[in-house]
Amino acid sequence: MTLERFLIIGAILFAIGLYGALSKKHAIAVLMSLELMFNGVNVTAVALSRYTVPKALSENIENAASFLLTGQVFAVFIITVAAAEVALGLAIIIAIYRSRSTVLVTEAADMKK
Amino acid sequence: MNLQDIYLISPEIGIAIVAAFVIIIDLFVSNKKVLPVVALVTLLIPLFLTIQLHLDTDIGSKTGFSGTFQVDDFAIFFKYLILGSTAIVILSSTQYARRFGGHQGEYYALILFSAAGMMLLASSMELITLYIALELTALPSAALAAFIRQRKSAEAGIKFLVLSAVSSAVLLYGMVLVYGLTGSSHLNEIASSITNNGLGSSPALLFGIVLITAGFGFKISAVPFQMWAPDVYEGAPTPVTGFLSVASKAAGFAIILRVFYTSFGLDNANIDWANMMAVLSAISMSVGNLIAIRQNNIKRMLAYSTVAQAGYLMVGLAAITALPGGDDNAGPIGVLFYLAGYAMTNLAAFSVVIAVSNKTNNDSINSFSGLARKSPLLAGAMALAMISLIGIPPTVGFMAKIYLFSAAMDTGLEWLAIVGVINSVISAYYYLRVVKVMFLSSPKENEKDSETSYGVGAVSAAVIAMAGTFLFGIYPEPILRIAHTAIDSLIG
Repeated sequence: MTLERFLIIGAILFAIGLYGALSKKHAIAVLMSLELMFNGVNVTAVALSRYTVPKALSENIENAASFLLTGQVFAVFIITVAAAEVALGLAIIIAIYRSRSTVLVTEAADMKK
Repeated sequence: MNLQDIYLISPEIGIAIVAAFVIIIDLFVSNKKVLPVVALVTLLIPLFLTIQLHLDTDIGSKTGFSGTFQVDDFAIFFKYLILGSTAIVILSSTQYARRFGGHQGEYYALILFSAAGMMLLASSMELITLYIALELTALPSAALAAFIRQRKSAEAGIKFLVLSAVSSAVLLYGMVLVYGLTGSSHLNEIASSITNNGLGSSPALLFGIVLITAGFGFKISAVPFQMWAPDVYEGAPTPVTGFLSVASKAAGFAIILRVFYTSFGLDNANIDWANMMAVLSAISMSVGNLIAIRQNNIKRMLAYSTVAQAGYLMVGLAAITALPGGDDNAGPIGVLFYLAGYAMTNLAAFSVVIAVSNKTNNDSINSFSGLARKSPLLAGAMALAMISLIGIPPTVGFMAKIYLFSAAMDTGLEWLAIVGVINSVISAYYYLRVVKVMFLSSPKENEKDSETSYGVGAVSAAVIAMAGTFLFGIYPEPILRIAHTAIDSLIG
């Protein structure tokens, strides 16, 4: 497996997620699409970290060891924050359901003129 | 991590403790009126810690946590600005917050947590720290937008959350690409890696910078990333709208200046992002002003007004390479000065909107009719705020616009300055409409209200912000001096 393949997978995941987030009607599906976008970024981050750091180490680039795990750490933080984001999203979706008896985002459009 | 690191981050720790303290107090007192008082008094602690950091001359290194966190004059400037805006927002929401019933403690705490994120953002020197700070800013804001149990408020919350998450994802993708290309997530090391490895004209770097700009563009609601602003501003509780339009925008500009000047300075990245900013600036001003004309809801009008104001501010981001004889730093100094002036002006306007809409339960511009007769003080504050937003003397908005547009002239961006002036004229139409409604229309009920019936907190917040708008319009020297040292510490 080369770096390119991981980057392409990451880009495809990101693009599918972006499409879903902008086109899905169901609020839960929108949250799932957001998760896909974040995971596309995660794949890219981890792949870049996995492939560029060993290369830098073998070429004796200064400070290579200092950025050894940055990509992985990035991914862990993204996963954590995405979980918080989804928790808040679900809470707001429940609030929407209480006031409208639906979770379709197309119905939550009182302010659309 | 050592004591020095804790010392550097003490204002943020302080404000987080204040937030937790407010929640704890909320558990024990039944009279919720004390909560804003507690919040305001304890806010003096982070303020004191910031002043301490500011005046400490033998502080040693101003960088902590292995270079991820920096407390330079630039960060200090934004910490003052954010603390001040937060205090005025809390003051102005004392009356309004009664609508939240038993959840007032959480309301103040969420505002304080969001402010902690903004202060962290101004200091962050590393991409992961920056992202965490950004989310710490955005998540409480989304919760605040959905805070009232009303249809519109929940809708505002979900719109803000989803669009903020999409923009975060786009921003992250850009940051990860820049990290992969340069091998580091520290802003300084990104810059040196770009120079050392000759990455200045790499297409991957360009792609990363464009994605990062899109992500930040959302935070400052610049066109074409402004679509969330009107709906969220209209649906969210009014004090939250004020908070988003001032503090959140200031933090967004802080991080844009930080990232673009530290990592992608024009001498090492070959990408002319100044031109990109100039185009976005012209579009933001024009779109914001033209759509604002048609609005009848005051919050929606102010939302489009902030889009236009973001456009004016971006003039300063575009004006970075001065012609011979000009000052290279005039653009960014102008941004800082404009942000400070804009904060006072917009908070004055929003304090009046909070006071009036809380009393009349109505957000339409017509609910201001005859305000000059009912409450001359509030009407005066609103009129001064509108004049300052247009940019007419003797207000701080005028000084700030003069400064920014002359910076644009110095950098050969005459066309942008002209677009800005034309837009200011267009904006006069809808800003002055509010003044006209207040002073020339007759009120529905003819009796004069007492000022206190509008809520002591909101009125005093409006008066404080109005005084700032007026004083710094006559005597802008102190802010300009602080902005000058701040930009010197950023650019060096």
